[in-house]
Amino acid sequence: MRWALTIFFVAVGLTVLGSVFIGSRGGKEGAVNVVGSTSIQPFAEMLAQEFHKRRPQYYVEVQGGGSTAGIEAVRNGIADIGTCSRELKPDEQFESRVIAKDGLAIIVHWSNPVSDLTSRQIRDMFTGRITNWKDVGGKDQPIRLISREEGSGTREAFQKLVMEKKPARPATGSTGTQPASGASGAHVPSDVRRPEDPKPRISRKALTQESNGAVRELVKNDACAIGYMSLGLVSGEAKILKVDGVMPQTSSVTDGTYPLVRPFLFVLKKGELGEGTQRFIDFVLSEDGQAMLEKEGLVRAGKPEGRDGGK
Amino acid sequence: MKQDRVISLVLLAVAMSAISGLAVITAFIFKEGLPIITKVGLGGFILSSDWYPQEGEFGILPMIVGSLAVTAGAMIIGAVLGLGCAIVLTQFCPPRLVAVLKPCIELLAGIPSVVYGFIGVTILVPFIRDHLGGPGLSVLASSIVLGVMVVPTVTSISVDALRAVPRSYREGSLALGATGWQTTHMVMLKAARSGIAAAIILGMGRAVGETMAVIMVAGNTLEAPHSLLDPVRTLTSNIALEMGYAAGDHRRALFATGVILFVIIMILNTIALAVSRRRAGKAGRA
Repeated sequence: MRWALTIFFVAVGLTVLGSVFIGSRGGKEGAVNVVGSTSIQPFAEMLAQEFHKRRPQYYVEVQGGGSTAGIEAVRNGIADIGTCSRELKPDEQFESRVIAKDGLAIIVHWSNPVSDLTSRQIRDMFTGRITNWKDVGGKDQPIRLISREEGSGTREAFQKLVMEKKPARPATGSTGTQPASGASGAHVPSDVRRPEDPKPRISRKALTQESNGAVRELVKNDACAIGYMSLGLVSGEAKILKVDGVMPQTSSVTDGTYPLVRPFLFVLKKGELGEGTQRFIDFVLSEDGQAMLEKEGLVRAGKPEGRDGGK
Repeated sequence: MKQDRVISLVLLAVAMSAISGLAVITAFIFKEGLPIITKVGLGGFILSSDWYPQEGEFGILPMIVGSLAVTAGAMIIGAVLGLGCAIVLTQFCPPRLVAVLKPCIELLAGIPSVVYGFIGVTILVPFIRDHLGGPGLSVLASSIVLGVMVVPTVTSISVDALRAVPRSYREGSLALGATGWQTTHMVMLKAARSGIAAAIILGMGRAVGETMAVIMVAGNTLEAPHSLLDPVRTLTSNIALEMGYAAGDHRRALFATGVILFVIIMILNTIALAVSRRRAGKAGRA
């Protein structure tokens, strides 16, 4: 029996050694690892390809996983650059560069007559106070909420920008064309109307999808659905709503009239960067890189702010 | 003699490395998951429906209900289809056709689960949404997809069980004047009963553990389903959806979800083992 035990421990040892070996591999010469937000992933991939074309000695590898995963990966040294589609939280102490700004688009099915919602209405829909489209000027059909999974940058940006937004003076008459009555709570039993829940939660009934693409796919095919996703990735497959009367587009995202804007960040470890990493960042922030992002529907990072964004 | 011993030692080491993998995984899941269960309390963990990991609320009741509902639905579909196939293949099918059909069914097991999920989401989900109502992503859709996925497991084990019934039973029954169907359901199915039960339970284990296809068609809400057309989140999809992001207690809570899943699957496997042992015992006596 004793030798069986010995062999057992040898086997365990081998397993551990093997995993250490696999873990320590990688780090190809000239390779830059980019991990993080699925919203940024397609843009990062495009930039990486172009960068590789211009400087073939470097190779940028882009992976998804989510904003928080990207930050974790930088923390653990797995990634050179983490991508993050929301602002950093106070406990996330990293260098960051804003590479672009992105509007958070609220999308519905093309057949939906509603074209304008106030952020208050959106909040009431996502907390589950408003459950029928007719209450916001649409058809008499249930509202199907499509949300993202816990930890997604898009979800956290939505949570922060819509759900936890300071109560803007109650529905300053939505300037929309729809008779979207500003009295957003009119059809709601009064006991549900708690006075401004400080941290309203997204309803449990919301369907959860794990990528921008999956949200878009669902909204595209479901007449009752409403979802939120990166403006740059909607690509005409769903109807984008005005929020507080403003259509999200380059101009309104840049000048801040569109209320739902979030930064796209490159998150970096403090201290010296690898040469490839530095070159890649320089390329992304260069005129060419920014122009590419703009062509894909994002908004330029703008000059100074965020140069050293790590709060 | 000496060579024998060396070879047996080497083989033992190989076998042990597989088992040590299992041991390490088990130890790790429990080490990571148990603290949060003790912190929240087992009752608070499995009986609460508040899952707000960012705010420190970890209740997985809706996911447990979801997993059980989806699995039950899948087993109704999978057992009927799988057992049906097994009966046809062993009782009513000319051997030449069996030689074609059986590999085909086993091929189903080789299709990656993403493919099942994708077919589910592009064909089944819109169909349910348009004809039955609800969001389409639902208990029903997940059950159907999983049901089809477990057919190969249920079929091949049931076929083995039916083939293991001594020939004399069948011949005796037919000789006494029973029809083919009478023989099948009164003699063959009875004799193979425990093997078939084991097949269904193993299929159930697969259904409980399946993740990818379920994430795609289940809708993943945090609310327990009230009807077949409501969306659900299962234990596995909860882990897979949030694992990439989770840190701290959230991460531990996902491991704890894994612990619960582990316990559920252990229970199912133990039942399967006990049932098939009983079968072996009976066969020995016969």
